[in-house]
Amino acid sequence: MRFGKNPWIARAGVVLIAITLAVLPFALAQVGTAWVRITNYAVLYILLALGLNIVVGFAGLLDLGYIAFYAVGAYTYALLASPQFGLHLPFWVILPIGAAVAAFFGVVLGAPTLKLRGDYLAIVTLGFGEIIRIFLNNLSRPVNITNGPQGIGGIDPFSLGEFSLAAPQQLFGLEVSGPIKYYYLLLAALIGIIVVNLRLQNSRIGRAWEAIREDEIAARASGINTTNIKLLAFAMGATFGGVAGGMFSAIQSFISPESFVLVESVMVLSMVVLGGMGNIWGVILGALLLSFVPEILRWTVEPAQMALFGRMLVEPEVIRMLLFGLALVLVMLFRPAGLLPSAVRRRELAERAR
Amino acid sequence: MNLLEGRRIGKRFGGVQALAGVSFAIAAGEIFGLIGPNGAGKTTLFNVLTGIYPPDQGAFVFDGRPLAGRKAHEVAAAGIARTFQNIRLFANLSAIENVMIGRHAKTRAGVWGAIVRNRRTLDEEEGIVRRALELLDYVGIRARANDPAGSLAYGDQRRLEIARALAIEPKLLALDEPAAGMNPIERVALGKLIQAIRASGITVLLIEHDVRLVMNVCDRVLVLDYGEKIVEGRPAAVQSDPRVIEAYLGRPRAA
Repeated sequence: MRFGKNPWIARAGVVLIAITLAVLPFALAQVGTAWVRITNYAVLYILLALGLNIVVGFAGLLDLGYIAFYAVGAYTYALLASPQFGLHLPFWVILPIGAAVAAFFGVVLGAPTLKLRGDYLAIVTLGFGEIIRIFLNNLSRPVNITNGPQGIGGIDPFSLGEFSLAAPQQLFGLEVSGPIKYYYLLLAALIGIIVVNLRLQNSRIGRAWEAIREDEIAARASGINTTNIKLLAFAMGATFGGVAGGMFSAIQSFISPESFVLVESVMVLSMVVLGGMGNIWGVILGALLLSFVPEILRWTVEPAQMALFGRMLVEPEVIRMLLFGLALVLVMLFRPAGLLPSAVRRRELAERAR
Repeated sequence: MNLLEGRRIGKRFGGVQALAGVSFAIAAGEIFGLIGPNGAGKTTLFNVLTGIYPPDQGAFVFDGRPLAGRKAHEVAAAGIARTFQNIRLFANLSAIENVMIGRHAKTRAGVWGAIVRNRRTLDEEEGIVRRALELLDYVGIRARANDPAGSLAYGDQRRLEIARALAIEPKLLALDEPAAGMNPIERVALGKLIQAIRASGITVLLIEHDVRLVMNVCDRVLVLDYGEKIVEGRPAAVQSDPRVIEAYLGRPRAA
């Protein structure tokens, strides 16, 4: 991480960001607890986008079914901590299980697609995402596992003994609500995953991913086992998706296959592409923008129209899709490598344009 | 002692017999030239040797062990490094990163090591950087270490490919037309580099069209034409062999 040449400015910057992040939920709670929840979902999207960035940004494997791993993690948590099977395992047991199950599915998706690239890989992964969702939708008969389209409710929140992340609490005279507690947990997970991403990127494994993205034949001739390294990318990306899915399950306390539709995969991929494929900070920016802008629209479009025209002319959802499309077109035209591109990716696109 | 033996190597692409039962042996410490007109099967032989295509018949024996069925990365790890006729660098990565990637097979760190950054991983990483800089220095492009590989001059890209190949610590270095596109001065320097590589104990297999370079550096030469071996021997003898002249220039009209 480089913030500038002067180490003191850098340190002050880090402290400032840390303080902002620490007090943020209380400030947001003043506006409305809904905004704390919105922030939490934004952080979940960042986790997802960072996971997908390993597959798409680092290894260059286009994955249109990434949300499937989120679903696998979410359902693993839901099945092991809800009245569905009467199991109530603690979260610190389930999260690693969910991560492992998701990683397994990552390899299951990766193995048959090893020889595919680009468009072909995108189609197969898209199909995989849909298969998982349709399975979840239909695994209610003959044996009821997922409860089908009705979904699973009453999922346990994260808790340690008497301490539950869902219940509000007085701490040091402050009213700490459930969403605020989850915010800190998500923030900790996010910091952890950012560190893991940064370290992976600058490692022997990260270089092997880059080599495969750049030239697979040269990578093999340089002694890289491309099969294993690609599967590792799928498994690592899926692991992050699985962990995020488990957290989603606990925060929502209810999940159904509807949360894991294709549009969600497209959304996460758009975050990666819009922000800057391969650049961790760009991906975070992309995820923040695409999570917050729609919410801001939802809260401003209606009052604005009421004030201007006295009635609703255009639904916020319509404006959201309109702006979303416009943003993608503009980014592709003017910043094809993303808002904060990685230096390497920028060169790749410039080369292709020649 | 023979480092590499090719035994009746055959490869067919549809109706084209690219290689027809080619046999040869390269002794350890040799610079072995592979020449022939365009389309003679030289690059196909390289691709079969380095595991990019499986041979239809025959097998290679390298360092006393058969290479049959080995994948490209296993062949590389076994000690055969190569360069490509049409330069295949990781063009958007820096020169030093290219060479660092070449260290992959000689290093161990996995995901866990990368995440926790233990002593072993840090030492290994430091070793990778040090070795990569040494190799860039060795081929003479250390000053360009941080430039994107694709931005280097053509001759430097060829040198970088050699540095990346040397990073595997090969026993056999296979160079596919390393002098292509180089000017005469660069060619002389390349000849010196190849001789220095041999002097360091690495056997060299060289595909080359530049006759002067082949004559100057190769100990023995194998001539291919239409996938078949036509002559094998010392460069001077090969150069004046009528079969070789015929392969390149055609049969004289008045014989």
